[in-house]
Amino acid sequence: MNNIKSILLTGVGGQGVLTASEILSDALIDEGYDVKKAEVHGMSQRGGSVNSHLRYGEKVYSPLIEEGTADVILSFEILEAIRFSKYLKDDGKLVINNLKVIPNSVYFSDVKYPKNPEKALEKVYKNKLNLFDAFKIAKDCGNIRFANVVMLGAISQIMNISDESMEKAIENRVPKKTIEGNLKAFKKGKELVSQ
Amino acid sequence: MKKLLSGNEAVARGFFEAGGHVATAYPGTPSTEILENMVKYKEDVYCQWSPNEKVALEVGIGSSFGGGRTLVAMKHVGVNVAADPLMTVTYSGIKGGFLLACADDPGMHSSQNEQDNRFYAKFAKMPLLEPSDSQEAKDFVKKGLEISEEYDTPVLLRLTTRISHTKTLVEFKDREENNDLIGFEKNPSKYVMVPANGRKRHPIVEKRTKKLKDLAESIDINFAEMNETEMGIITSGIAYQYVKEAFPKASVLKLGMAFPFPINKVKEFSKKVEKLYVVEELEPFMEEIIKSEGIEVIGKDLIPRCGELNTSIVKKSILKNKNESEDNQFEDVEMPVRPPVLCPGCPHRGVFYTLNKLNAVVTGDIGCYTLGVQKPLSAMDSTIAMGAAIGVNIGLEKVLGKEFSRKSVAVIGDSTFLHSGTTGLMDAVYNKGTNTILILDNRITAMTGRQDNPATGYNLMGEETKQVDFVKLSKALGVERVQIVDPYDLEELKNVISEEMSREEVSVIITKRPCMLIRRMEYDIKKYRVDEDKCINCGLCLKVGCPAVIKNDDETKAKIVESLCTGCSVCAQVCPKDAIEIVE
Repeated sequence: MNNIKSILLTGVGGQGVLTASEILSDALIDEGYDVKKAEVHGMSQRGGSVNSHLRYGEKVYSPLIEEGTADVILSFEILEAIRFSKYLKDDGKLVINNLKVIPNSVYFSDVKYPKNPEKALEKVYKNKLNLFDAFKIAKDCGNIRFANVVMLGAISQIMNISDESMEKAIENRVPKKTIEGNLKAFKKGKELVSQ
Repeated sequence: MKKLLSGNEAVARGFFEAGGHVATAYPGTPSTEILENMVKYKEDVYCQWSPNEKVALEVGIGSSFGGGRTLVAMKHVGVNVAADPLMTVTYSGIKGGFLLACADDPGMHSSQNEQDNRFYAKFAKMPLLEPSDSQEAKDFVKKGLEISEEYDTPVLLRLTTRISHTKTLVEFKDREENNDLIGFEKNPSKYVMVPANGRKRHPIVEKRTKKLKDLAESIDINFAEMNETEMGIITSGIAYQYVKEAFPKASVLKLGMAFPFPINKVKEFSKKVEKLYVVEELEPFMEEIIKSEGIEVIGKDLIPRCGELNTSIVKKSILKNKNESEDNQFEDVEMPVRPPVLCPGCPHRGVFYTLNKLNAVVTGDIGCYTLGVQKPLSAMDSTIAMGAAIGVNIGLEKVLGKEFSRKSVAVIGDSTFLHSGTTGLMDAVYNKGTNTILILDNRITAMTGRQDNPATGYNLMGEETKQVDFVKLSKALGVERVQIVDPYDLEELKNVISEEMSREEVSVIITKRPCMLIRRMEYDIKKYRVDEDKCINCGLCLKVGCPAVIKNDDETKAKIVESLCTGCSVCAQVCPKDAIEIVE
C-alpha cells in the first residue's frame, strides 16, 4: 500500500464539517498529494449526523475510509466522535471539540445522551485523545466562529501539514476581514497538541 | 492545473468543455449539483430546471433534434418518470449529441429505492458509460457526446452517489466551440414515430447495437490491468476503486462501457487468469451476461446485492471472512440516533404537529416533509414516489368509501405538486372524490438544496419569471374549496384542516410560508426563551420536534437554544402555561 493517510471529520449538520474538510483538502493538494474527499449531501436539513472522508497520498483509490484505518478523527461534537470511533486505527488520534449537541430523539426514546462521554473517551484513548473547548479558544482569538480553524490547527500539527499550505487554504476560504483572527486561532490550535 | 471536483461538478465542466449547448434537469439527490454547477457556464450553455424529468428529457430531445449538444440530468428514479420519451428517442435517434446523466443511489442515502439503472441502457438499447472518478466523469461526457453523434443514439452516463459526491482531482481544458448549428431539418421518417416509421427504425436500432458492441470491444475505456494471474476481477464504476484497494495484486478488467457488453474482451481476460470474479454494486448486470455465455465467474454468490460496497466489503466477501465481531469499546455508552430533522423554523412543522393531533391518515410524498414520519411528529402513513400522495389517497377512498376521507389528507410539496401532483388532483375532481389535499408551499424545492421551480418566480439562469398560482390552478382543475393558511398559526391550521376533511368534496389547502433557508429571502428573525418560573416541565414543547427546543442540563425545565431559534412561535403556541416568550 502506498502510504495513504485517512482523516475522518464528523459532526452535526450546520457545524461546518464540510467546509473544514474543504480547507484541509486545499492544503493537502497544495502539498502535492493525490486527494479524495467523500461525503453525502442533499439532505439540506440541519441537525443530522454528518461526516466527511478525506484520504490522501501518492495515489488514492477508494474515497471511503475503512473501519480501523483512520489516522485521525476530527469531531466537532463529542457524541459523534464516539459514534465514528470504530474508524480509528490502533495508534490513531482524536481531535474533539468538547461540545454536546442533544438530538431531539432522546426525548422520545429510551436511549439518552450519555452522561459522561469525556470520561468514556479518556478511559479508552488516554493520550491519543485531544479534547478541548474550541469555542473558548476561538473566543479568546476574537470570535467564536474561529472554532473550526482551532480544530484544523490541531490536526495540521498531528498530520504534519505545512503552515504555509494550511494558512493559504484558510485565507482562501474565510472572509477577508477575519483572516487575521482565523490565523491566530490556527496557531492556538497547533499549540494544543504534540505531534 | 488540477482542481478537486465532485463527479457532478466534473460532468458540468465536461459538458462546457465539449461545447455543450443545452442542459436540462429536475433536481434529485445525488444528481442535483450537475445543473447547479452547469449554470456557472451560462454564458455558453443554456441551463434550465424543468418541472419534472419527463419534460426535461423532452426539452433535451428538441434541443438535440435542433442540432445542439445536449445534456439531461436526473436521479435514478427520475429516469422512471422520463422513461416514456426515453424508450422512443432511442428509436428515432438524435442529431446533436445527447447525453442522459443519471445518478443512482446505492445505499439509499436520500432515495426511496436503490434500482440499478444500468438496466435502462439494455432496456432502451443505448450505450452505457460508467466513470470511476471525477476525471473520468469529465472525460466520459465528451466521449459520450462523440459516440452519440457518431452512432446516432442517446448515451447513458451512469453515476452513483460516491462518484457524484466524491471530490477527486481533475485536469481542466478549454471549451471547444461548436457554433455551426445547422438548425432543424424536417425528417419525419426519423422524428415522427408513428407505427410505420417505428417499424423501420427498430431494425436500425438493432444494427446500431451490434456496431456499438464492436465499439465496446475496442474502446480504450475498456481495458485490462494485468498483474498476478491467480485472481482476475471484472469491475466498473466506483467498485473499481474498492477492488484496486482491496486486491492491489489482482488483474483487473475495468469496463468504462459495459453496454453493449464486450464479451470477447471478457473471454480473452478470463483465459489469462485462474479464477474470475465480477465485482459490481447492486444488481448482477455484468454477471448475468457473462454467465449466459457459459463463462465461469463468481459474483453475487459472494458480493452483496443490497446497499453500497466499500473496500472492506469487497475484501471480506471475496476472502469469505466472516465478520469478526470486534470489541465495541464503548459498549456502556448510550448512542442516541441523530437523523436529519426539520430545521428550526421549518414551515412544515406546524402542519405535521396538527395532523398528529387530529390523528389523520396522511398519504405523503417526497421532500423535506417526508421527515414528518419521524418521532415526535409521526404523521405520515405512506410515501411511494413523486406525486403519489394524491393518487394513493384517492385509491384509499375508492376502496374504503367516503367516510375514510373524513379522517384523511394527502400532503404534497409545491415542487412535487408541480412535478406530478396536478394529474392526481385532476383525477380526484374528475372521479368525484372527496379528498383533502394539502399543498405545502414553502416557495422552493427544498430537499435537494433549494432550487427554483415554476412557482418561485425565478429560473435557473437567475432571471425573474412568472409564478404558478396554486389557487387559480386548483380552481381551473375544478376544485371549488381552495384556501391559503399560514402554517405558523396552529389554531387556524387545525380549524381549516378539520373543516375541509369533514366536507364531502375535494378541498385544497395551501400552507404557505417560505423555507427558512432560501438565500434571497430576508427573514424577520425573533428569538424565544423559556421563563423557568412558569415552565412546569410538561414536555409538550418538545413534541413539536424542533432542534432548538431541548431540556436544561438537569432536565427540570425546557430550554430554547437561542442560536438556533428562528422565532416561528410554534413551541410557544403549544405551551399550556405561556412560559415561552419573545426575547425583547
